[in-house]
Amino acid sequence: MSRSIEAPTGLSMFVYRFKKSLQTPDPYLTIFGVGLWLFVWWLLCEGLRVDRFDKIPGPIAVFTELFARTPFQGISIFTPEYYEHILVSCRRIAIAFAIATGVGVPLGLFMGWSKRIRDYAFPILETLRPIPILAWVPLSILMFPGFEAPVIFLATLASLFVTTLNTMLGVDSIDEAYFRAAGCLGSSNWDVFKHVVVPGALPYIFTGLQISIGVAWFSLVAAEMVSGDLGLGYLIVDSYMNNVTVPMVIGMITLGFVGWITSVMVRALGNWLMQWHVKALALQGR
Amino acid sequence: MNVSVSNFDEAKRSMTVSQSRGALSIRNVTKIYDPEGVNVMAVKDCSMEIAAGEVCMIVGPSGCGKTTLLNAIAGFHSITYGEILLDGELLCGPGKPKAEQGAERMVVFQHGALFPWKTLAQNVAYGPMVQGRLSKSLALEKSRDMLAEAGLGSVTEKYPGEVSSGMSRRAEIVRALINDPKVLLLDEPYRAMDALTKSIMHESLLETYDRTKVTIFFITHDLEEAIFLGDKVHIVTTRPCQLKKTVNVDIARPRSYETQSSEEFRLLMEEVNEAVHEEAIKAFKAGERELA
Repeated sequence: MSRSIEAPTGLSMFVYRFKKSLQTPDPYLTIFGVGLWLFVWWLLCEGLRVDRFDKIPGPIAVFTELFARTPFQGISIFTPEYYEHILVSCRRIAIAFAIATGVGVPLGLFMGWSKRIRDYAFPILETLRPIPILAWVPLSILMFPGFEAPVIFLATLASLFVTTLNTMLGVDSIDEAYFRAAGCLGSSNWDVFKHVVVPGALPYIFTGLQISIGVAWFSLVAAEMVSGDLGLGYLIVDSYMNNVTVPMVIGMITLGFVGWITSVMVRALGNWLMQWHVKALALQGR
Repeated sequence: MNVSVSNFDEAKRSMTVSQSRGALSIRNVTKIYDPEGVNVMAVKDCSMEIAAGEVCMIVGPSGCGKTTLLNAIAGFHSITYGEILLDGELLCGPGKPKAEQGAERMVVFQHGALFPWKTLAQNVAYGPMVQGRLSKSLALEKSRDMLAEAGLGSVTEKYPGEVSSGMSRRAEIVRALINDPKVLLLDEPYRAMDALTKSIMHESLLETYDRTKVTIFFITHDLEEAIFLGDKVHIVTTRPCQLKKTVNVDIARPRSYETQSSEEFRLLMEEVNEAVHEEAIKAFKAGERELA
């Protein structure tokens, strides 16, 4: 009789972890938390019909509508419009996030690495950064034609600041000893950039990207509410205007889920790129 | 230990070469920080001659300027007056306040500076790779060989965060040695270690030294460490750093752990202790804070 001491991999690893997690209180706490939240929502809107809350659709109304083949108020998982709104918002986020990352990360890296570039760019960045994204709305409508470009511009702008700043702080956070060690070992400037600056800043960059994708959603929805033809933000504000409250809530819930999924994706990418960081943290029991 | 033929040749080659190289002359070096504002003299007219292939231990109170000296040799900081020569060639001196950094002088840092984002093998392979001496695959191959030789064969593909501090410190020394340096500069590398790990580190370093005969410039607080490892122990004064006394350690090599309980060792301890204690009291009276 021999017992396997091989570590499980792939699917068996997933099943093992899943079974293991059922033995901890974590999943039950989550289920209880979500249940409690839904119950309070139901109690306020549908159970007790508290004053003013009675105008808000409760969970039963929302989920009946969401899973209805022929929804009364126009939006459910069986209507193509629902997916169109999601798709349009996701596409805008993808473009905005890609531009913001593509510009923000290199800019932040260079600002952290070279004092001269920082002296050029930092004052401008710090002046523009505190301006709320909603204050940019009129300007962006004047600057760009159509619906698409201004909305993407606003989402890009918001996440650009976060990404750049976090990347720069990431470079600042690198221990001087690594630069010295790289110098001793005979690195060129480019080697230092490639082997010390970029990987050293990566943990901060991904913290920044996780915040930045959240900020991108935030400003995208604000922009879609002001100027838009489609998208989840537009769905929410359009439903409100037309006095159909159920699609409004469906839009909000969908936004929450889609936003959550995108930030999980960013985190997964970060963990995949930073095995060294994940393993070091795991050994510290985190 | 299993030593392959190529490693043996390597060791033999570096042995014969290093015997005649790595002589370090520190002549009348003075370092003043912040010449415009409040002048702090970290090193004052400090001279030392370190022969090729010598293990030279620098002992002195905290914050006395030992690290400043090391930084000047490594090329991290400039010096104000004096000159430093390596094998008769000027590293820094009049007209050239700061030495260039180079792989012939390898530093092992106080808190360790293995790149946490590279595996031990990648860390060790980094030097030869960026210097263009070896291709990436050859550098990695050699790096794995050298790590295995240092008893780290089982952890070559681990990240520094996954191995013990003793292992990562040994790997850092391997990362230095793969570049075949003339001088190894160590800045209290075993400071934060417990006594047991430390003694293993010492034996490992001695074993490495006996194999390579590289010149070692080693800063420490630990007097036993200084005598156990060193050919010479240079005791320096409290700030500004100056050579106070040199103690020759004539204990035969190879040394083993038992050496530390010999009468010879005890007498040397007394000699060093006396000189250091005097400086420690001076440093304490001067209200010097722990800086180093």
